[in-house]
Amino acid sequence: MLPDSRTQPDADAAPGSGPAAEAVVRLEHVAKSFGNNHVLRDFSLLVQPGQNVVVLGKSGSGKSVLVKCIIGLLRPDAGRITVLGHDVASLPHDALDQLRARLGFLFQSNALYDSMTVRENLLFPLRRQWMAHGRSEEETLVQQALDDVGLGDTADKMPAELSGGMRKRIALARTLILRPEIILYDEPTTGLDPVTGREIDHLIRDVQQKYNTAALIISHDMDCVRLTADRVALLAEGRCYAEGTYEQLQQHPDPRVNEFFI
Amino acid sequence: MSLSDSPILAETGAMTRFAGRFLREGLRPRYELPEFLRQCYVIGYQSLPLVGITGFIMGLVLTLQSHPTMAQFGAESWIPTMVSLTIIREMGPIITALIFAGKIGSSIGAELGSMRVTEQIDAMEVSGTNPFKYLVVTRVLATTLMLPLLTILADALALYASYLGINTKGVTTLALFTNNVLSGLTFGDVLPAVLKTFFFGFAIGLIGCYKGYHANKGTEGVGQAANTAVVVSSLVIFLLDLLAVQITGLLGLI
Repeated sequence: MLPDSRTQPDADAAPGSGPAAEAVVRLEHVAKSFGNNHVLRDFSLLVQPGQNVVVLGKSGSGKSVLVKCIIGLLRPDAGRITVLGHDVASLPHDALDQLRARLGFLFQSNALYDSMTVRENLLFPLRRQWMAHGRSEEETLVQQALDDVGLGDTADKMPAELSGGMRKRIALARTLILRPEIILYDEPTTGLDPVTGREIDHLIRDVQQKYNTAALIISHDMDCVRLTADRVALLAEGRCYAEGTYEQLQQHPDPRVNEFFI
Repeated sequence: MSLSDSPILAETGAMTRFAGRFLREGLRPRYELPEFLRQCYVIGYQSLPLVGITGFIMGLVLTLQSHPTMAQFGAESWIPTMVSLTIIREMGPIITALIFAGKIGSSIGAELGSMRVTEQIDAMEVSGTNPFKYLVVTRVLATTLMLPLLTILADALALYASYLGINTKGVTTLALFTNNVLSGLTFGDVLPAVLKTFFFGFAIGLIGCYKGYHANKGTEGVGQAANTAVVVSSLVIFLLDLLAVQITGLLGLI
């Protein structure tokens, strides 16, 4: 049965979500405004372990705001965000840093440190989290992360020397090096050509299968949604407007949902 | 518009809070020692050539410009004392601080501004690093400690250039020149001049970091951050210098 597109899904019983206690990311009635611009009004969603959930929405619908609230870069005005059992808003700074070490975040702009080489970009989070012991272990982890994204020979290059797709892969390698339990992808294929975009989509799937990570993917690229999503949540009017598998939403009678699939 | 709506007051308040945060974050571990030392190298060592050349030219020009007038009054022997007092009390600290604000203040504003608009600061935060501590505290500490050292170097080079300048018009031994310089200087000339450069350095670092850290509006914001960092720093240097003169006067050191 298709989910009701007009009813706000209850966080405890979101369609296809399974038992709420197992959720690695749990959003309950989240609201966020900037002045009079009410970006998120009442958004609820669950992400289960090992599951890829895509949040689909038009540009400016609040997708990036949502993901920044989850990682703690923005504080929601109302509602509750629980990640790996921790209420993000109530965590002190040090505990939030520890939680963030268990998460990965792939920025839309990649956010590579442009004054550092690729190797230094990957070493930065590793050294900050004391994750490696000795230079040889560091080097092994860097090489493994680069091999995971198929760019094993770029360690000594500067980000400016890489193409858009390569920069995206390096950003993903930097995310993977800490072995995150959840990865948040903010528009992972935006600005890439269709072929490179598809390569990134497959990479997202490969990462999920290899490391069994859960992922919340923000996108409006339907190829990305189709190739990466186990579940899709449509963000509209500041709330979870509809939720289901790609195929379920594709056959949805509501034109507001259907327009994404035309 | 009421006084509380003034953008200048709002900016001053925000910058004061930023300075307060610097003090809070700077005192708490974790201490970013390797990054602080790297910043000392970038900010201090890499500014040596510019500051050195500026100091040298400052001393030479001041000597050559003052020579004809002093000679007219038969007071050529007073040139070392006059130049040293001028350089050490005022010209050295002010010129070095302005050069430093132009080079380092703008560079910090642009670097942090660029990191802000390309989300690199956010990336640092989500990787479990406190970007304020890593980027701001280290840079402000480095500018605060490096500017006094650079000023002392610029003063020394300016005095050496003055010695060379005097020798283009006559003959003076280095020993006599040094003796003249030291006999004209007191503790009250040197200490306030060095102390105020700590405050100049702190202001330059803090303003550069504040402007860069709060940059917005994309690449335009980066340019604005670099530009306003230099403009505001230069203005604050003069204001602090005025304050330093008043305090020195009150303490009877002038």
